[in-house]
Amino acid sequence: MVCVGAGPAGLAAALEAAKNGVEVVVYDENDRPGGQLFKQIHKFFGSKEHRAMERGFNIGNSFLNEARELGVDVSLNSVVLGIYENGTLNVMIKDRIEHVRGEKILVATGASENMIPFPGWTLPGVIGAGAAQTMANIHGIRPGDNILMVGSGNVGVIVSYQMLQAGSKVVAVIDAAPKIGGYAVHAAKIARVGVPFYTSHTIKEAHGKDRVEGATIIEVDKNWKPIPGTEKRFDVDTVCIAVGLNPMSQLLGMAGCKMIYVPNLGGRVPAHDVNQETSIKGMYVAGDVSGIEEASTAIIEGRIAGLAIAHRLGYLDEPGFLQQRDVQLKNMVGLRSGSHGEARGKAKEYLNAMMKG
Amino acid sequence: MAKDSSITGYLSEDELKGRPGIPSEARRRKGAVAVLECLEDIPCNPCEASCKVNAIDVGEDITTPPRLYEDKCVGCRTCVPICPGQAIFIVDESLSDNKATIEMPYEYQPLPEKGEMVTALDRAGQELGVATVTAVKKTEKMDRTATVIIELPREWSMKARAIRLKR
Repeated sequence: MVCVGAGPAGLAAALEAAKNGVEVVVYDENDRPGGQLFKQIHKFFGSKEHRAMERGFNIGNSFLNEARELGVDVSLNSVVLGIYENGTLNVMIKDRIEHVRGEKILVATGASENMIPFPGWTLPGVIGAGAAQTMANIHGIRPGDNILMVGSGNVGVIVSYQMLQAGSKVVAVIDAAPKIGGYAVHAAKIARVGVPFYTSHTIKEAHGKDRVEGATIIEVDKNWKPIPGTEKRFDVDTVCIAVGLNPMSQLLGMAGCKMIYVPNLGGRVPAHDVNQETSIKGMYVAGDVSGIEEASTAIIEGRIAGLAIAHRLGYLDEPGFLQQRDVQLKNMVGLRSGSHGEARGKAKEYLNAMMKG
Repeated sequence: MAKDSSITGYLSEDELKGRPGIPSEARRRKGAVAVLECLEDIPCNPCEASCKVNAIDVGEDITTPPRLYEDKCVGCRTCVPICPGQAIFIVDESLSDNKATIEMPYEYQPLPEKGEMVTALDRAGQELGVATVTAVKKTEKMDRTATVIIELPREWSMKARAIRLKR
């Protein structure tokens, strides 16, 4: 099995497959494994089966320990350039390109941050919220002293909290939508220390000559049109953009997978069945690349894909596979229900249905 | 349109009143009890799993907000650092001189010290006044979430939900 991406989905899949005896190699373009897990310094939601109340980086460490014990080969600084017929891939490892073949392939390449253009958006100091999180939580560098957060989804509110923990001031969290997007408890955590929310507001401009020295926001009406005269200016040195994620599904599109545009899943995603297999036999997907969700759902999808691959390769019999897969599917139910999860759950069912035609 | 928590970010006292996670005043006056400020249908149940006296019920569907059985709750505080949403507080209104204590999660540096005077903040981050830190708890099991107990006038016991250090 060749796994592209060593984030939560890829590692979970690799572990399930390796546990059952599959020989696994995992490629990741970064110089350290774990994807985004190691910057998740907050405690996770869910229940015990989802490793709730554990912090993301602790989950990452336990995955890496398990991978070592199972002898999973994690190849870093390894960029998969393309996936071709019969499970062949080109991988650039440091300064050479290798041609490899996997009997089964799992693509778990995750997502990239969306950006929005506005006057001043190219100034130093306008950064992705994910980038701010990496700076503070991985490298120990505070991105700025005074931060404007654009976007109130879970990324926006969680990163705002982490910026406060890092010692920055978050002057406001804004969102063009009329309501806060993230979990109420995350919003409450920052509201109670004085961070104001401005819903129905968008960023009009970032000011500054060589770097961000301020930002102006403006109210929008119900048709998303800016309302002149409602501008407010903040003295900030950093503008964090947290306006959603986009699946990094280019490898799958290029390989010829049936791709579908699903707004509720963040963009172009591969149709896949309940075992996470795409329209190309032997090619599986898991995590954000197959639709933007969360680390906990990515881990479950990865486990299902890993089990399915072990089964198809003959390492796991049918009853054993179905029994273990159904445990994972049951664990998924709660994560795809409720007002934050239901739409994603429905979108995933749609993707599954599209596989059948 | 009234501004509710989906716009302001914080729950108002009206939104919290009578909800299944909120203990009655009569119960609070008897002694320490958990206040579960979690009303949204998010998938989460560590509070229920952590409670040794079965005073918190989420149930099979983990998106159900937690219900508190106030007569079972012994105010043991186990659930406070457990909650990933930092939505659980222990309130004790049984103190004399119209005082109360609140235990709250605290994940900022530096930690306050016992005896320190701090500023109590309400859910909107507005200053209420001065509170005294009576204890700071931090154990390995709490996994880096400290809890801080503050003493303040009883009238703030269902208002104060954060502190700001004066230093």
